[in-house]
Order: sequence, then C-alpha cells, then structure tokens
Amino acid sequence: MTKHLNPMRIGIYVLLILFALLFLVPVYVLLASSLKTFAEVQDMSKLWVPPAGLHLESFRAAWSGIPEKGLRGLSRNLLNSVYLTVPATILSSLLGSLNGYVLAKWKFRGASVVFPLMLFGMFIPYQSVLIPLTQTLAAIGLGGTLWGLILVHVVYGIPITTLIFRNYYAEVPTDLIEAARIDGAGILSVYWRVLFPLSLPGFVVVIIWQFTNIWNEFLFAVSILQKPELQPITVALRNLAGSQIKEWNMVMAGTLIAAIPTLLVYIVLGRYFIRGLLAGSVKG
Amino acid sequence: MASVTYEHVYKKFGNVIAVNDMNIEIADKEFLVFVGPSGCGKTTSLRLLAGLEEITSGDIYIGDKLVNDVPPKDRDIAMVFQSYALYPHMSVYDNMAFGLRLHKTPKDEIDRRVKAAAGVLGIEPLLDRKPKQLSGGQRQRVAVGRAIVRQPKVFLFDEPLSNLDAKLRVQTRAELSKLHKRLATTFIYVTHDQVEAMTMATRIAVIRDGILQQLAPPQKLYDLPDNVFVAGFIGSPSMNFFDATLVEQDGKLFVVSDTFKLQVPVEKMGTYKEYKGQEVIFGIRPEDIHIKAYMPPGVVSADMKGKVDVTELMGNEIFLYLFTGKKPFIARVDPRAHVSPGDIIDLSINMGNMHLFDPKTERAIR
Repeated sequence: MTKHLNPMRIGIYVLLILFALLFLVPVYVLLASSLKTFAEVQDMSKLWVPPAGLHLESFRAAWSGIPEKGLRGLSRNLLNSVYLTVPATILSSLLGSLNGYVLAKWKFRGASVVFPLMLFGMFIPYQSVLIPLTQTLAAIGLGGTLWGLILVHVVYGIPITTLIFRNYYAEVPTDLIEAARIDGAGILSVYWRVLFPLSLPGFVVVIIWQFTNIWNEFLFAVSILQKPELQPITVALRNLAGSQIKEWNMVMAGTLIAAIPTLLVYIVLGRYFIRGLLAGSVKG
Repeated sequence: MASVTYEHVYKKFGNVIAVNDMNIEIADKEFLVFVGPSGCGKTTSLRLLAGLEEITSGDIYIGDKLVNDVPPKDRDIAMVFQSYALYPHMSVYDNMAFGLRLHKTPKDEIDRRVKAAAGVLGIEPLLDRKPKQLSGGQRQRVAVGRAIVRQPKVFLFDEPLSNLDAKLRVQTRAELSKLHKRLATTFIYVTHDQVEAMTMATRIAVIRDGILQQLAPPQKLYDLPDNVFVAGFIGSPSMNFFDATLVEQDGKLFVVSDTFKLQVPVEKMGTYKEYKGQEVIFGIRPEDIHIKAYMPPGVVSADMKGKVDVTELMGNEIFLYLFTGKKPFIARVDPRAHVSPGDIIDLSINMGNMHLFDPKTERAIR
C-alpha cells in the first residue's frame, strides 16, 4: 500500500525537516568549527560559514596539547575516562544484575521494603551529597583517586541498574529457576549458569546507560579529582575552554573526541538497546 | 527409588489454606496422580515435595528421610514442568547434562546416560538443537529426558501434557506409562484431567480445596466414590445426581422422587435399610442408563421415563440429554437407538451400579 502525497503530508514533512535541521544546527557548528583554523574561528561573524578547507590541526592540538601556550592535550584524560568508565560500568552492571536477580526471583522477607528504599537512591540530587561524599572518600583513603570516583559511580548506579535488571528478570519464567534448583543448582550457580547467559539484553541496556552517564558526568569528577593528570575528559575539556584566548576550533575538536566513545557504544549496542527497553512489552 | 510420605501437611498462603492436613503414603514404584479442579492445591502439594515451597506445618518424608528443611537440590528428585522450563541458551544435550554436571558426574558417564535417555525417547537427532528449534512434543520429550538422566528417587510431573495437542497427549500418555514400567521408580503426577489420571495411575488422590477427598486405585475410585465430589469429578460425562427419598414398601426398598420410583436391588437392601424414610442423593452414571429396548442382559434394572432434549451421536454411542420433570440428566445409550428431541422414552436404570449419598455430609452411604 503506497500513500499518496497530499498537501497535508507535504506540510508535515516540511515541518519535520525544519525541526530536524534546527536540532542539527549545533552539531553543524561543532563540526564546522572543529575543522577550521585558529584564524577562521576568531571572527565570530563567520560562525555559520563552512570551513575554508579540511584543517585537522585543531584535532591534533586538542589531542596532544600546545606546550608553548601551556595547553595540555586530552589524550591522557581520554584514557582516564576509559579507566574510570569501564570498571565502574562493569561493576555497577554486575551488582545491579545480582540485586535484580535476588529481588525478582528469591523474594526474601522484607524485599518489598528493600527495593523501594534502593530506588530512593535515584532521587538524591548529586549536589546535596557532594561534601559528605568527598569527606567519606577521604576518610576511607580514596580521596582524590580514580578508584574513589569509581566507587562513587558504582554506588550511585545501584538503584537504576537494580531497577532495570529486576524488571528484566521478572520476565524470565520462574520455572527455569526452579528447574535449575531441582537439577542441583544453588543460588549462585542458578545465577551464573542459567540467568546470566540469558541476561545479554539487560546488560546492553544497563551498560549503555551507565557508560553514557559515567562518561559524561562532570560534577563528581571535578569535585573528587583535583590532580589534572587524573581528571577525566569532561573535566579537562572545561579546562581547555577556560584558557585566556579561546581556541574554539580546538575546543570543538576536543568535544568531538570526548563524544566519540559514547557514540561508538551506542552504535555498536544500540539495536539491542531498543529491544532491551521493550523486552516483555510485546510477547515474543 | 523411594516411598514418599505426607504427614499432616499444611500450607498456608496468608489466610488461604492451600493444602489442608494432607496425609498420604506413596509406595515405592507407585504411579500416584494428584487430580482436582484448578486451584485445589494439587500443584502446591507437589511443590512442597519438590522443596519449591516451604511447609507451614507437618512432615514430608522421601524414603525414611525427613526432607522438610532439605533444599530441592539435595532431595534427589527430578521434575517435569508444564512449561517444560528448558534452558533456552543450552542445546538439548546440555539441557539433559546440566543436572549431572552440577553433581560432578564423570564426563563419559554423562555422555552414556544422555545418549541412553535420548534413545529411549527417540530424540537422538535433536541433541545439538536449541529448545526454540523444537516442536512442543519434542520439548516435552527433552523435559522428560532431562529428568530421567538424573536417575532420581522420585519423578515429579506438573501437568506435563497440558500444552500438547489432543492426539499427542493420548500418545504421550501411553509412553509415560511405559516409561514408568521401564524405570520402576516412584512417579508423582499432577493433572486436572481425570482421563490422564484414570489411564496412568496406580492410585489417584482426588483433592478439593486443599483437602484429600479420596485416595484409591482408578477402578475403585470409579466404582466406589467416597463422596459426591469424587463421584462427579471422575468419569465423563459426569455422574447424574437426583434428590430423592428412600421408601420402604411391601418389604422392598425404593428410591423415590416426584418423577420416578426405582427399586433397590435386594442384595443392596441391607446396606441402605437404615436410611429408609430419609432424604438421599441418588447417583447414577450415564452408562448405567439404557434405552429399554437395548438393555443388555443380566442387569438388575428399574424403569423410568425421560424426555429427550438433545441427542449427540458419537458414533459408537449416543449422549442423550434428558429431563425427568425439570431435572436434567445424561445417558450414554446404544447407537442403534432412534430418538428425537421431544420424545418421551422408556429407560432402564442399572440399579446394580446405583450410588447413594447422605445429603448433609455428601458422603457415600455404604
């Protein structure tokens, strides 16, 4: 069945395309500016003009820094972000998965109280816990360290990862768990041998969610990590933009570099993301 | 191989009593079927034995061992679920080997047992497939295979045939009976289908509202039901029940209602005499109601009339839906009978197979 174009449909499409363009304007400025030279970006009136040529110096500068101007490159900070995000994502996903498993399939006395209490964690604003958080980290000897920040993200991730996994596991037939228990599995081997192998869609959702959030997070990172050589890319990016002469081309290039990993994660796992979010809503 | 004993077992879910004072002794190698309407507690009884639910009070023994606090994995049982509960990420082989691997069985022993079970069930060509590549009947076999490789003391079946189509169900029923003979192990089987119960069981436990109604071999359950519920539940179409009175007249005993008067056979008079003059529930199975012209010989019969409402020809027999007065009842009659709706026909009741129940307790009068 083909739909004929009538004025109504054409109007709708024009409107949609306009909105799409509006949405893409910042992305255009980002891309265009990152490809310009320093001389080109200084004239703000030419913000909309496409770059004169493909100049990749800004990317090189953002990556390696310009020592003579006292600018540090982002390469070190990008690695810091990886060292922070990867373990924090993996740990919080695993914890969420275990929590979700127990809450969904081993309903213990008090589970109906514990679960809502855990969810409360999602609604605690970052700012309100910032000072006690840094003090606590210092007290346990993790102040100013990457592992301290990892711990913070793991703990802060527990509510949402638990929620997603609990709902995901609620859709897994309890018969499977019971069959495994009768076959001789205990609480952990049921998880490891039966539930975990079925958890891929749940993990994809949680990993994308956690990876993006932790990678993009700024406030905890800037508060906890004072040493520039430890800071993740989000914090370093601000430092890049904060120097006296704004090298906008370099800042934009740095922003693109910072955005690439989350985009990659979404491109690779995205199709599972949609499926995972919809899991159970449609009968398979 | 082991016996199973339920001793005063109760299970409560909040205020609901799902299993109410269950006492059953199941002998080694028995094929016991729990049957009852849905929600009667039969599945809960099985799950208590499996260890998937905790007993509220009472004791369950497998063999001589009290298993109240033994986790499912240490009870040495295997269970076939209604949904089959095959592990979707494992091949058929791995599904069957799963329990053995958990029990650290040597590899060659696992291989031998899985292949032997697959041979018995005719699923060797499927061993490398995943469950979703199998038909319903094949999945059911794999679920049974997963249970038998374990060589458990007791097999538990929770409505294993209800997801199969009618033809496959009949076939699988016979195969399960054969399997029971071959394995010579205790089978405990839950179903709501009284035909499954009748065809496979060595004994049937009829349960209603968490209470065991009667525990007996199939034929005894059919011939001598203990109460109105069992009488009505076992057999299809169900037994007919009529409110009636026992009347003594000229030294004979009659079952009397507004519309019929049936003489009680002489040999049964002794049993029923003490109820004379009292109200009773008169029960008679549809196959014990004959059209007078086609009455088989040698039956102690009594006559009554019925008005035909609907006829259903089954080929080998006819189901007649009849009325006596305003009371509907069913007869299974000879297929040669030519009757039409609206006819008033002469019936012969086989009083040798009559049942009487006390209307207050609903218990059989014997």
